[in-house]
Amino acid sequence: MSYGTLSLTLVFVLIPLLLSKTLHLQLEKDVLIATVRSIIQLLAVGYFLKFIFESDHLVYILFMVALMIGVATGNARKKGSKIKGITWKIALTLTAIEILVQSILLGFHIVPPTAQYIIPISGMAIGNSMVLSILFLNRFQAEADAHRDQTELILTLGGTPRQAIHTQLTRAIKASMIPTIESQKTIGLVQLPGMMSGQIIAGADPVQAVQFQLLILFILLTTAAISSILLGFLSYPSLFNERMQLLKEKE
Amino acid sequence: MNSIEPSAIHFKHIEYETGEQHILRNITGSISAGKITALVGPSGAGKTTLLRLCNGLISPTAGEIFIDQTPIASIDPISLRRRAGMALQSAPMLNGTVFENLALPRQLQNRSLDKKEAIKLLDDVGLKPENLKKSIRELSGGQRQRVSLARTLVNRPSILLLDEITSALDPSSIKEVETLIKRLNEKDQTTIIWITHNLEQAVRMGHYAWVMAEGKLIEAGESSLLKNPNEEITKRFIKGELV
Repeated sequence: MSYGTLSLTLVFVLIPLLLSKTLHLQLEKDVLIATVRSIIQLLAVGYFLKFIFESDHLVYILFMVALMIGVATGNARKKGSKIKGITWKIALTLTAIEILVQSILLGFHIVPPTAQYIIPISGMAIGNSMVLSILFLNRFQAEADAHRDQTELILTLGGTPRQAIHTQLTRAIKASMIPTIESQKTIGLVQLPGMMSGQIIAGADPVQAVQFQLLILFILLTTAAISSILLGFLSYPSLFNERMQLLKEKE
Repeated sequence: MNSIEPSAIHFKHIEYETGEQHILRNITGSISAGKITALVGPSGAGKTTLLRLCNGLISPTAGEIFIDQTPIASIDPISLRRRAGMALQSAPMLNGTVFENLALPRQLQNRSLDKKEAIKLLDDVGLKPENLKKSIRELSGGQRQRVSLARTLVNRPSILLLDEITSALDPSSIKEVETLIKRLNEKDQTTIIWITHNLEQAVRMGHYAWVMAEGKLIEAGESSLLKNPNEEITKRFIKGELV
């Protein structure tokens, strides 16, 4: 696609702008900011990826993965601000996901060890893990706050902190995983995944595009399970002190 | 307490503060082992906080608590909570049946509760065996309080901390629970601290009484002191001027 053709796609930006203006939604500024940011960010990433793919140097790959983990951690940590040490806990979860995914993919020679494969797959795994972490933290804090009396009841009866928070923890893990599982049930029937569509548009064989999409789907399933479980088990001890007392809610 | 009686719990200059509130102020005193101590005072006096300290759900901001002469801070929290059982006015329950709630303390230790024991526990608190299979949601407030007390007794605590456990009961149920508590105290020498708003119950049941107000221990002595208090604030509380 040429830049001339690409510029025609701005028609799709004009439509929401006109609608916003007509209906006084006052979203024009946000639409414009979002458009400009996405153009700059994606073009910058495109050129940066081109440079990395051409150089195919391990240091650049590691830098890119570290950058993804850093940005994803910074974004997800806001949702877990009540949990002590949440930043390193999320960073550790995302790093563990990345190591696991790449160990399986590269260890079994499922994909070649090149930047062209490692970086996009890392992006999808880390991105999904970030969303899962946000979903988990939101739900876990809500569950923990809403059921403080049950947590204290189990502590009162001589239970451990893990026993006391078990129900809330498993509820939050389950709730955060459900969207991933549900979306996979209807995939291909309701929506064509973005990556697969992109490959098909770019001229790839649809069957090969499906094969890669399946690979990504299975990776996302693993990242969903591992992110919420690992983050859950790293996070719950922060709700208690060393005397196994439930800490007061932070405002 | 009588100075020659051993103390089950000793409070030494206890302070408890949260960020905004000073809840307990310089509480010093002893709870006699094997006796019933009624804890009375107006709302917001810090009574429940004092019980939560004994069960280790919270720790004092300053001062020391001793359980059987051992500093509470050096007792493993889990064994402390099994030893000092607490039954609450709100009687929080897990969703499920009465039996599942009664079995919970054992389940937390990876042990099981057999049906006979469960029936005996229900009988102790004046509930019929057929309640065992009932869902907690089917119980009245008073029945829930009794199940809560029975569940606390599963751990066979040597100290029993009771927070207004008869407030939602009818007169005949109150009598049954009082008889049970008396029996536990006399037969097993269980030390009992009982928060109650019912002053007649405090005199009837308590060997001793502690009067608290505004986070302070106002006076302590034999429960008959509630009939003839020394302190002005206790007199006002008994007259119903402080609630």
